[in-house]
This record gives sequence, structure tokens and C-alpha cells, in this order.
Amino acid sequence: MAEAIDLKYIGTRPVRPDGVDKVTGRAQFGADQNLPNMLHGKVLRSPHAHARIRRVDVSGALAMDGVYAAVCGEDFPSEVGGSMLGEGGGDLGDVARNIMARDKVLYHGHAIAAVAASSLEIAERALHAIEVEYEVLPPVLDVLEAMEEDAPLLDENCFTKNLPEKPDKPSNIASVMTLARGNVDEGFEQADLVVEGEYRIPMAHQGYIEPHACTATVNEEGKATVWCCTQGHFDFRAATAKILDCPIGDLKFIASEIGGGFGGKTVLYLEPVAVMLSRQSGRPVKMVMTREEVFRATGPTSGTVCRVKVGAKRDGRITAAKAWMAYEAGAFAGAPMGPGCMSIFAPYDLENFLVVGHDVLVNKPKVAAYRAPGAPQAMHAMEVALDDIARQLGMDPLDLRMKNAADEGTQAPYGPKFPAIGFKACLEAAKEHPNYKAPVPEGAGRGVAAGFWFNVGMQSSAEVRLNEDGTVIVMEGNPDIGGSRASMCLMAAETLGVPYERINAFVGDTESTGFCNVTGGSRTTFATGLAVVRACEDIIGQCKSRVAATWGVDEDQVDWQDGQAVPAPGVNAEVTPMSLADIAASMPKTGGPMLGRASLNAQGAGASFSINFADLRVDRETGKVDVLSFTAVQDAGRAIHPDYVEGQMQGGASQGLGWALNEEYIYDADGVMENAGFLDYRMPVASDLPMIDTHIVEVPNPSHPYGVRGVGETPIVAPLAVAANAVRDATGVRINDLPLSPPRIVAALEGN
Amino acid sequence: MTKMHVQTSINGETVEFLCSPQQTLLEALREIVGRQGTKEGCGTGDCGACSVLIDDRLVCSCLVFAAETQGAEVTTIEGIAGDGGLHPLQEKFLEHAALQCGICTPGFIVAAKSLLDRDPDPDEETIRYWLAGNLCRCTGYDKIIRAVQDAAGELAYQA
Repeated sequence: MAEAIDLKYIGTRPVRPDGVDKVTGRAQFGADQNLPNMLHGKVLRSPHAHARIRRVDVSGALAMDGVYAAVCGEDFPSEVGGSMLGEGGGDLGDVARNIMARDKVLYHGHAIAAVAASSLEIAERALHAIEVEYEVLPPVLDVLEAMEEDAPLLDENCFTKNLPEKPDKPSNIASVMTLARGNVDEGFEQADLVVEGEYRIPMAHQGYIEPHACTATVNEEGKATVWCCTQGHFDFRAATAKILDCPIGDLKFIASEIGGGFGGKTVLYLEPVAVMLSRQSGRPVKMVMTREEVFRATGPTSGTVCRVKVGAKRDGRITAAKAWMAYEAGAFAGAPMGPGCMSIFAPYDLENFLVVGHDVLVNKPKVAAYRAPGAPQAMHAMEVALDDIARQLGMDPLDLRMKNAADEGTQAPYGPKFPAIGFKACLEAAKEHPNYKAPVPEGAGRGVAAGFWFNVGMQSSAEVRLNEDGTVIVMEGNPDIGGSRASMCLMAAETLGVPYERINAFVGDTESTGFCNVTGGSRTTFATGLAVVRACEDIIGQCKSRVAATWGVDEDQVDWQDGQAVPAPGVNAEVTPMSLADIAASMPKTGGPMLGRASLNAQGAGASFSINFADLRVDRETGKVDVLSFTAVQDAGRAIHPDYVEGQMQGGASQGLGWALNEEYIYDADGVMENAGFLDYRMPVASDLPMIDTHIVEVPNPSHPYGVRGVGETPIVAPLAVAANAVRDATGVRINDLPLSPPRIVAALEGN
Repeated sequence: MTKMHVQTSINGETVEFLCSPQQTLLEALREIVGRQGTKEGCGTGDCGACSVLIDDRLVCSCLVFAAETQGAEVTTIEGIAGDGGLHPLQEKFLEHAALQCGICTPGFIVAAKSLLDRDPDPDEETIRYWLAGNLCRCTGYDKIIRAVQDAAGELAYQA
């Protein structure tokens, strides 16, 4: 097991292999691919939040000088089946209609046609030459209004799934999910204290700094090459093949460096359109979204309404918990309501609970995965309710959580029993943390909350190539979104026993490396890391075999120690140990080049838990909140590269605080987003934040050779309730809804 | 449309190019003269990913017309490293893991250099306010601030 291993490289903090290219401007991101003879593509977007499309005519655009292609919905295959793998990808028929509308437009900014022209200027002018006739329909923007029986329907063929009986009328409620255990009514009867509330959180965007971008070129045989920024080029390739009804083998996808994703680049928008435009024009086509397009037409996460009721005994033991939640899916089904339902009570060992979730269509962009999709909204409600319980009981909020904490053997609300988990270790570490023991600064308030994410495994491949001089190339297929090449090199160094500096990691395209699912679900270091470890073990096996032949002994008489082949204990052979470099040098004589491989479907991702706490000060006059300190405690299983684990925790804290304090999609009555830019969609800047203190807990994941748990998603979960609870502590007023923006705080303090 | 002829200096090299009157410096750098290290995050001057120096003044190149750089000296991320290798800021960004995805990094390094050129010993608050025009969504800024502080110390030591 992992703890018994004496680790030499894992846990160190070397410079990442792709670092120099990223600090010098050499690294090639999505918009950096240019090809000879290239055209520029642009998308025409709906000016209405809800309308029937009567007619689209692109001929005016095509007639313009410099315009070489124009497409609209009817140019794409009409029947698209299957679903997109990964978090929040959803039904591919929906994805197809999201990237190019047919029959109806379902949100302001919905793509309706596209052109390719010799310059961006001409392409933009050509959009004005496209004629569209709309029959404007009333939009429905609020999730509760959308659930009403007489609400305008987005999809007349949407019948609520998972009801006991198939409904006879269509609805905006795409599906319902229920999770239950025990008897909540009896549980509430046993309670000495019951707390309940309704909590609303508006849509928020992932906010990656790099807009979506791709360049596609199609040859006369129909073979296409696509460069794009993506969290998963294999999944993008599969989706494009389905949407365009062509064989996967006709498509080659090359992932550029990716300028942030946070889930939002697990789904595609531009790539099939660029391929269509390139097919039609016979020339390469580059498409880059503006920031406004990113806001209006790509993945926000769901706005939500969560109602939570929690009962507890005087000693803090929870007797029952109940949640009713509605998630905005945007224009097509697929809100992260499932993971929301499964995560809301996950940190706690509960005898009685009931969760009901709803996936609801509204005339807003189709939501995409955003870091721990669904969990922050749901857990905000629970963690705020627990704060109110702790307050009423006069109990320390960490003690209340410890009293109810899930541990190894606890049955998770979503079914399985937890193996070794680190929630209690996080609670203990938080309680002992000097920041927690320090008094709350004068006039400030302290908030505490827990975070959780399931983590996932899924499919990964890796190759380990031994170079002639004993240096090593690791090749895998997961876009490096935050230092994963360094983690792969560290795990390879540890397994092979050779220095980190002798290993380099590359992200291959869909033709040069084996299949990998998306960089998402916090799976890359766990699952692709596991494939790298297995591929290294494959190489070690081959090395032992070659050395055994050289020494004239059996293979089991050769051991692998500290990067070299040595005789096994008790083997009486007059031989000199052979290093990886020695073995590499002898390859031509011992059987030729060596390549280690592994492909797997990783199981046992290992759930991740966190405790965050922060001290916030509220300006009662202006409603502005200052974050004085923030401390994140999280179980990483094993931190492969601690800098990048801390970085995930700090970045997630910042995103969570942004969501809690300022970020929101603001709509007018017609369904037009009013703040589609970084000036008005207010993400945290450096002067908004203090240093973010981190404490990594390591309870090894038994399903990974080095104990890795995914660390990327959990960090965004707790900060929402941390901020809400700190503002409550600072002001004495409980504000249920987010964001805790200055106007909302001022209104609450004035008693409105 | 008639193009304009511009002669400017980019990272010490005299460069001539033709651009349309409404083309931005960012577009000219990336699409005309092939300096793609400068990134576009918003095109509206809100994110700082396209930060460059014009005659030592820190600007968002998306808010400057290319033609405005006639006769000026433009410094981009490609000009930050010197003959001796990486600039201390670049070294410290690597050492402190002050980047995750890396798209904002060129802008941060250019902006931070402009700060340290003016104020070799800034305190944390000064660094945070100077860099408030640069958005990073990955790091929470912690490691970026530490890298800039450390680079300031390194530059002072070298001086």
C-alpha cells in the first residue's frame, strides 16, 4: 500500500516540463494556429431568447466578395444519436442543435448560421447579409416559473423522465431524481431543533481566460484535421463524427495548450461548424469566439433554487435531512442535478434523508460542467443550514460536522460504502490550524463549511518510450490544464527510479497516442497517472527480460531497484547492475526499441473532502465584503506535486469566493444577458483577495499505487457557504441567496 | 480599404507592416507580425492577457490601434527574456508554480516587469493593485504575488 513506500520524487516541487514555453509566450494555445490560405469563420447568433425559425437564407452572404462558405442548421445531418462522454456533455442531438439551431432558437446568442471569409472583417460584415425570419415566442427565464404548468414550453416533446407514470403533457421539467434513506418524518419528530430555508443562486460562468477557438482543414477525400483548445480531443473527435455523420477515422484532433476550462471545454461549440465551412470552401477555417460570445453561448453552470430542512438533537446529531432542488439546464436537458442530489449530504452519516432534484429547461445557454458540477449550489444550502444549527446549539461548527461525519465504512447517500476517506482528518486538521485558533479580527465574521467531490476514473492510455540514451518520453492524451505533465513525470520518475529531469511528458493528438477521456472529473492525475505507472511497469518488465537474457539468468532472478536492474536476493551471478541508460544503450543488440504501454478503465477514484474557513469583513454602509483570510484544508490522497495541489485549492477558493460575492448572470425581461463582459461580470482580481492558506491532508486512496485522489473540483464547493456563513457571523443577518453583492447586503442590512 | 504603413520597434527590432486603420496592436502583433505570445482574453481591456509596453507604458494592446505605434518602442512577452536567459520574473513564476493553464502568464509577466521597473521593492498591496488589471482564473493569485515578491528580491540582489 502507498504508505509503506519510501517516496523519492513524488511530493517534490520541480519546474513543470511545459513551463518555459508558457512564461516566454512560445506555448501555442487555441487561437494560435494559423495555416496558409486560411479563412476566418464567424457565427450569426440569435437576437431573441425564444423564437421559431421561419426561414434562414445565407445566399446574400455567399454572394459577397471574399466569402467562401456559409452554413446553417439544414446543412447539418438531422438525426444525431448518442451522448457525449464526460461531465455534463449530454445528448449529442442536443449538442448538435446547440451549436447550430434548427426549428427554434432557445436563448439569446444561440448559433443560427456561420460564414467563412478571407478576413475577419468580411466575415463579420457577411453575417449582416444573412436573412432570418423569426416568430418571436415568450421566453421563460426563472426556474420556478419554468416549472409551472402554463409556462411557455421550450420543447413540446419534453416529457418529464423518472416520474412513477409517464406524464401525458409535455413540461420544461426534463427529469426528476429522488434519493432516500430511512424515514425523514420520523427523523424530524426525533429532532430537538429543525432548521429550514430556501436558497437561490444565479447562473455563473467558468470564466476561463482563453475564449473557445479552433482551426479546421478538410482535404478532397473528406479527411479533416482540427486544432482546438479542449479538455478532451478524443471526446471532441467522437462528438464531431456523430454530429457530422462521418467515420471517426476521418478526423484528426490536435489539442492545443488550453487556457483554462474548469469543465467548460468538455463540450464543443465550434469544431463541427469549422469542419463544415472548410468542407464547403476547400480551405482551412479558423474560428475564435469573442468574450461576449463566450458569455452568451457557452457553458454557464445552473442557477438553482434549493430548499433544505435539517433536524438535529441537542447534542448535534442530525436526525433527518430533506432537500428539494431545481437546477436550470438552460436550453437543453442536462443540468448537473444528479451530482447535486448525490453530493448534498455526502460528508455526513445520515439515517434519514430525502433529496428530490429537478432538471429544468429555461431560455438561457445550455449549461456545461463547471468544477464539481452541481455540488457547490446544493452543498451551499446544506452547509448554511448546518451553520444555523451550530449557532442555535452554541456548538463549534467543526464539532457539529465531526459529530455527523462520514468515515470509512459509511454508506454514501448515493449508494456505495466509502473506503478510506479523509473527511474526519480534514476536520481535525482545521480544528488544530493556527488560523482557526486565532481570534476573529475585530468587526469581522468567520464562516466554516465542508466540500466534497466524488472524483471519477474513466478511460486512459499512456505510453512510455525509452530513448537511446536512457531518457524517457511519457506520451498520453489529456490536455494539461494545470501542471499534469509534471505530475505524470513525477509518477514515472518514482516508478522507474530515474531522476525527474530525465523524463519528459507530451500530450499526443488522436493519431499519436491511445484513447483518453476528457481532462475532467478530477481524473487525470488519478486515471491517466495510473496508466503512466502501469506503462512504466511494462517497460520495467521488458528491461528485466532483456537483462535476464544478457546475464543468462531467469527473468525472476532480476529485480528493479533505484532505476537499475540488479540480481534478485540469493541469485549467485557475477554481474554488474544495469541502469536504464545501460539497458537503453544495449537495445539494438537485445531486441530493438522499447515501448511500454497501458490502457485502462480506472476504478476506485476515491472521494475527496475539504474543510474551508475564512474571516470576512462587511462594510455596513456600502455592502462591500473584504476577505481578510481564507484557509483551505483538503484531502489529496497523496500530493504528487504539492505546488499544483495547493494551486487547485487556491484557484477553487478564488472561483468559489467570486461566485459567492459577485458573479452572476443578469438578464433583462427579454432574456438578454446584461453583463456579458469581464467588466460587468465581476470575477475576483488580485486586489480582491488575500493570500490563500492551504493545508493538504493525505489519506491515501487505496485504489491508486501512490494513493492519489483527484483534487481539482472539491476546492470550489465549500467557499460559497464559507462566505455566506462569515457574512452571517459578521452582520448578524442571514442572507440566503447568492451572490452576496453590495446591493444585496445593503438591502438585507436595511431589513428589506 | 487603403492600408496604413507602420514602422515601429518590437523588442528592439525595427519592424514594418501594413494594417487597416481600425486594426488593433494586438491583432497586428498576433496576425500580421507573428508575435503570438501576446494573448487575447476579452478584446475590451478588462483581462490584461494582451498587456504590452509602449515606450515603457503598460497598455492593453487590444485597446491601442496598431497605427498608433508608429515610431514607438513596443515590448512584448517575447522581449522579456534577455541574452542571459529567462528574466527573474520568468524564473520565479516557474519556481513558484505561479501558472496553471498559462494563458494569462505573458500578460502578468509584462505587467509585473512594468511594476518592478518603476518600483523595485513593492509591498504586497502595491503588487495586488498593480496587477488588478490582469485576470487569472486558475491560481487565486497567491503564487503569482509570491513570484513577483521573490523576483523583486532577486533583482535587488543582482543590482
